[in-house]
Amino acid sequence: MKKKKWTPFDIILTFFMLIVIVVTLYPFLNILAISFNDAVDTARGGIHIWPREFTLANYQEIFGSNDRLLQAFTMSILRTVVGTIAGIIASTMLAYVLSRRDFVFNGLVGFILVLTMFISGGLIPEYLLIRKLGLINEFGVYIWPMLLSAFNVIIIRSFMDNLPPALEESAKMDGANDFVIFLRIIIPLCLPVIATIALFLAVMQWNSWFDTYLYARGNEVLTTLQFELMKIIDNANISSGDINNQNAQVIAGQTSPQSIKMAITIIATAPILAVYPFLQKYFVTGLTIGAVKS
Amino acid sequence: MGQVDSVQDTQQNLPESSSPLKTQVKPGLFSKNKKKAPKPPVQGGFWKRLSKQKALLCMSIPFVAWLIIFKYIPVAGWMMAFQDYKPQFGLFDQEWVGLKHFKDLFNEPMFYRALENTLGMGILGLVFGTLSAIAFALFLNELRFVALKKWTQTISYLPHFVSWVIAANIVITMLSTDGFINNFLEGLGLIDNPINFMAEPGLFWGIVTAADVWKETGWNAIIYLAAMAGVDPQLYEAAKVDGASRLRQMWHITLPSIRSVIIVLLILNIGNLINIGFEKQMLLGNNIVYEKSIVIDLYALDYGIGMFRYSFGTAIGIFKSVVSVILILICNGIAKRIGEGRVF
Repeated sequence: MKKKKWTPFDIILTFFMLIVIVVTLYPFLNILAISFNDAVDTARGGIHIWPREFTLANYQEIFGSNDRLLQAFTMSILRTVVGTIAGIIASTMLAYVLSRRDFVFNGLVGFILVLTMFISGGLIPEYLLIRKLGLINEFGVYIWPMLLSAFNVIIIRSFMDNLPPALEESAKMDGANDFVIFLRIIIPLCLPVIATIALFLAVMQWNSWFDTYLYARGNEVLTTLQFELMKIIDNANISSGDINNQNAQVIAGQTSPQSIKMAITIIATAPILAVYPFLQKYFVTGLTIGAVKS
Repeated sequence: MGQVDSVQDTQQNLPESSSPLKTQVKPGLFSKNKKKAPKPPVQGGFWKRLSKQKALLCMSIPFVAWLIIFKYIPVAGWMMAFQDYKPQFGLFDQEWVGLKHFKDLFNEPMFYRALENTLGMGILGLVFGTLSAIAFALFLNELRFVALKKWTQTISYLPHFVSWVIAANIVITMLSTDGFINNFLEGLGLIDNPINFMAEPGLFWGIVTAADVWKETGWNAIIYLAAMAGVDPQLYEAAKVDGASRLRQMWHITLPSIRSVIIVLLILNIGNLINIGFEKQMLLGNNIVYEKSIVIDLYALDYGIGMFRYSFGTAIGIFKSVVSVILILICNGIAKRIGEGRVF
């Protein structure tokens, strides 16, 4: 391609994109700077993207002297790891069964799955179900209700549909059963799409706070980083007419200084920022395939 | 034309004649359009096939059971809306009260406030969310500076991946009396005293919409960018020959080319207008702005679970589902009438 001349239009576009970048990034950099700034100094205000009095004290406070936040951090990691692995096993297995057009119940299973995208019981029946199942204040409440999503299964299935069928057939002729084919042939070939869905599941698990709020508030061991952060925000809005408020006050103690709050925000954001540049190229293609096909 | 057809015919016939085994399993994969693919030829009776597919059966049973328990039983719970549900009895041993809870619902003024807020924020989010995503995709598509394009795109969907808890924290920090926005406005001399944004009921809808645009524009633009990548380059060449400027090319070629994508997404989003959720409203709201921040889901949460009025809360859920079905049918009908892409 030959080099084209830059027109005023190009300059305006470039300028516009730079504004988009600044608007998106500034809040994050601001929070990062405050999290590394001395808590007393922060109260004076006026910190932008560079800490004025650099200190690690806020992070030391969280990881050193605050047992509850450390507990929350561990629980967030645990639920993310277990939830992601369980979710991947469930969705790839179901997707494989649905990719087998010769399966006798293919149509029925597919129908049962897809219909869930259009109907849902709503908040109250789901809450009562979780209660009936005895999942309140149990670790299982983080895993079971989120095990499967029809959308993820459909994305994985459409990826499997595009695999060369010859591989599967030769394995079948060698006498491998369906489960062995799934484990030995399909899974290794599906790694790109599995990486995409794993990222989605991990982000969803890591970011969840409402299930803790609704189902696991009575068990301090099950508290998560997002929920602790939510309680701090809720504390700032102390007089809101929220049903949870008195409870939140008792658990979270007094209002945290701004710098500690920002340090928690950074800790809750960091794992996502760490993984997402690597997986970024996967999920864009994954999403477009899924969107176009479904 | 005839030549091309015959070449395709022989190519399609090849696998069938050369390897009969291959076509017996999944012939659908050979054809591009999966929907039109014929069903695989059935080999043997139902029971014979079933006995061969024990592994597949074992692999699907647990998940079908999961779907029934976690997705279908809650739907059966809709019965509660027509009963006076008491948790100590089973779902089938309750007292039936007909439409009592729906009548209660339509008599509560707070319900109308929640409905107004839901639709208000839903429509604002839909309009500004769609416009910003399309505009961003259009501009990004035109950007010549490839490195900047990649960077902008990567950075733009970063906020999508953080939770609303974090996003709300960021928004509250930026809008606080000593936050960036107030500093900025004071610096420009537009205001003398800092505005307490989060305590202004009149600003709440706008804050939620702006936060949503900030968080999701980049992510929502992906689908439009993908559609733009599929536009035939010859159209642009032709327009260039006719002397169309790049703005005119955007207006007359890019936008019309992605029109069906825009309309399908609009239909889907309008169907979900009432399902805007509650996360943003719950995290950004406080008691000062309660009248503007209460949405239907929060209402169901506060009145349904918070006050143990389970039947009443379920009635709210049913109302929501009915409205969203009506909305999507209307939109689909309109799309059909103007002859554009529709969802079904």
